[in-house]
Amino acid sequence: MALKSGVGFLRLSRINQVVRLLSTHSRPETIQNGGLNAEFPGAKAPYVTEIKFLDENSYDPIPIYRVLDNNGRVIDSREEPNLDRETLLNMYKTMIQLNQMDKILYESQRQGRISFYMTNYGEEGIHVGSAAALSPKDLVFGQYREAGVFLYRGVTVTEMVNQCYGNHEDPGKGRHMPIHYGSKQRNLVTISSPLATQMPQAVGAAYAFKRMPNNDRCVICYFGEGAASEGDAFAAFNFAATLECPVILFCRNNGYAISTPTREQYRGDGVAARGPALGLRALRVDGTDALAVYNAVLRARELALNNKPVLIEAMSYRVGHHSTSDDSTAYRPLEEIQKWMQDENPTRKLRLYLESKGLWDAEAEKTYSKEARDLVVRTMQEAEKKKKPNWKEMFEDVYYDMPPHIQKQMQHMEKHLEKYQEHYPMDQFQKE
Amino acid sequence: MASLTKRVLNLNKLFKHVDNYTKRLSSNFTYFPDNEKPVEGETLKMNMMQAINNAMDLTLKNDPTAVVFGEDVAFGGVFRCASGLQEKYGNDRVFNTPLCEQGIAGFAIGLATAGATAIAEIQFADYIFPAFDQLVNEAAKARYRSGGQFACGALTVRAPGGAVGHGGLYHSQSPEAFFAHAPGLKVVIPRGPIAAKGLLLSCIQDRDPCIFLEPKILYRSAVEEVPVDSYTLPIGKAQVLREGDAATLVGWGAQVHVLLAAARLAESRLGARCEVVDLVSVLPWDTETVCNSVKKTGRCLVAHEAPLTGGPGADIAAAVQVSAPLLCCCVLLWADVCCCVLMCAAVC
Ligand SMILES: Cc1ncc(C[n+]2csc(CCOP(=O)(O)OP(=O)(O)O)c2C)c(N)n1
Ligand SMILES: [Mg+2]
Repeated sequence: MALKSGVGFLRLSRINQVVRLLSTHSRPETIQNGGLNAEFPGAKAPYVTEIKFLDENSYDPIPIYRVLDNNGRVIDSREEPNLDRETLLNMYKTMIQLNQMDKILYESQRQGRISFYMTNYGEEGIHVGSAAALSPKDLVFGQYREAGVFLYRGVTVTEMVNQCYGNHEDPGKGRHMPIHYGSKQRNLVTISSPLATQMPQAVGAAYAFKRMPNNDRCVICYFGEGAASEGDAFAAFNFAATLECPVILFCRNNGYAISTPTREQYRGDGVAARGPALGLRALRVDGTDALAVYNAVLRARELALNNKPVLIEAMSYRVGHHSTSDDSTAYRPLEEIQKWMQDENPTRKLRLYLESKGLWDAEAEKTYSKEARDLVVRTMQEAEKKKKPNWKEMFEDVYYDMPPHIQKQMQHMEKHLEKYQEHYPMDQFQKE
Repeated sequence: MASLTKRVLNLNKLFKHVDNYTKRLSSNFTYFPDNEKPVEGETLKMNMMQAINNAMDLTLKNDPTAVVFGEDVAFGGVFRCASGLQEKYGNDRVFNTPLCEQGIAGFAIGLATAGATAIAEIQFADYIFPAFDQLVNEAAKARYRSGGQFACGALTVRAPGGAVGHGGLYHSQSPEAFFAHAPGLKVVIPRGPIAAKGLLLSCIQDRDPCIFLEPKILYRSAVEEVPVDSYTLPIGKAQVLREGDAATLVGWGAQVHVLLAAARLAESRLGARCEVVDLVSVLPWDTETVCNSVKKTGRCLVAHEAPLTGGPGADIAAAVQVSAPLLCCCVLLWADVCCCVLMCAAVC
């Protein structure tokens, strides 16, 4: 105790000396003038003699980068991405597959076949544009409305439908609500329900990559503009910047968080404006334009791999209801939705572009849509027949090794089920 | 310079007086060192802070993916547990983070998910609550929710907790009960330097995320001959520190020493020999050792340095009743106040 304060005392006397030096050798006014910045530890900035509060109008709004116009025409030919036929078709087909999956699984929830669903309408361009610009080795931390990214990465419709049904072939073993996909093999971290928690995690994972020799992987983290209000979002921005992590923080700004419009979610110039304020490189992009998103993420990836974290805000519109538990007509007019389903429809835009290049036509659209639809229907019928995981799975994976107290709880359950099996639908569960 | 030295000396005089004053303020706490060596080989006198530093040092040396970080960790942390580590291993491995506990925990989970060994420091256990969601909803459930595809077992969160006597209500809490309710986590509390080194190394190497709560009163007051080599001690295994037949006294962390003092008192005043059990971890906790002891003694007393209601003591009492009915008389110490700044050995 005494020693610590002794040191404090020593330090204080040193500072006194410095202060004295300053006051004898330089007049305060010479530091202030000459255009030199102030040298506070917390800010290097010029001095002024006028009070001026900054507000959201002090800066021009951050512009929205786009490549295609509403008719799928390239606005500035220099910005047309150099994508081969196969990639373009893969991007577009993924959008169609996603649309079909959304349509059928949404309906299947209405019919009581699955418990819950969330559609991705309006954000398909974000999914395929970003996924195509990444390496399959890049790690993805998603929120939940990024099913197109999962499809593009190669997760099969079967795996996704099995997850929604929570049957014994669900890679997540039936523990999550529907749409909480995950695939270790494809570097897609399992979705978690608590919002924004994945954000600082993505930054931490990026830091781990950065420390690997010859790192060629980055991390992308998707989140909604609603989730961006969480403390974890701020933590992620701040950690990414200060610890210089190879991460792309990708905001899907679709205008709503359930029923809350952006006006009630935040003030100021959206989410992108928070980037420069925190030392991130920020870009706003038209999320209904798959090619713009592709270019944006491609460039962001280059920066990220040089340990310059990037914040992207992709502007879009959540065309569907928030989820099957929501009816959005209660808080927004139908006409508003219509506009975004037609002119600004990301699938339509990319289709027009492909058609103009002679890569797609009405016939192809018809054939592939049917194919995509049939695949989902077939898969669903199969998924429905599959049993739920064995009940003992419920006790697994809590710990790497099951500790004695959980073993005991499992044995209790086993005895209980033996005794009262007629009260449980045991035949619905996979046998051991 | 000469006058400066003189002033420091004068100051020391002043602080002698202050020291007496602090003694009056702080609690009556006797520390009982461990005399048994967990492994053979060379030992070194270390306090608990040094033992923890040593465990992290060995980890950084042997595991190139390991990183140590948190608020003010670059210069060693406010309790100095990371002293000298940045100089030794570089600022990409031992570093400061922004002041944000939820960020520290989330960042740590991400590191572990991507294959690194993450050792995160929360400056005080009292300030772990902003990270509660990340630890309880994320770290604890990462393996479970992914069906075993992902996990963050390489994560250890260290936090100094417990009372020292002058910390007031926000530098004294023992939050283990909150985490003990989260399946998927392991919650470990060492009772001294030897235990701290072995258990911290276990936590770091464990395949599950661990919360390591360091009783800060022991950082400097607890000194033992600690083996210099790497060793681990089992998590989930209680230790019987003193054998007896009159009653079983169960505690963890700094309370172990309160119970040892109580046992000594009971022996000298009442001639009763109490068995003292260090629970070591409150999740998972060693039902078998505790219940076997109570079967022998017929009485059980649990002490925790935290509120009574909903604490691990209630869980232990219930488990003891189930496995040794009729025998047990269970008393729990401490009251439902915001924190326990007193550290008296109030055992009846
Ligand atoms: C921490 C937390 N709070 C609340 C919720 C409930 N919730 C689920 S989705 C949602 C809205 C999220 O909106 P946004 O981030 O904009 O994503 P979007 O649904 O628009 O894609 C809310 C409030 C949650 N899952 N987690
Ligand atoms: Mg939204």
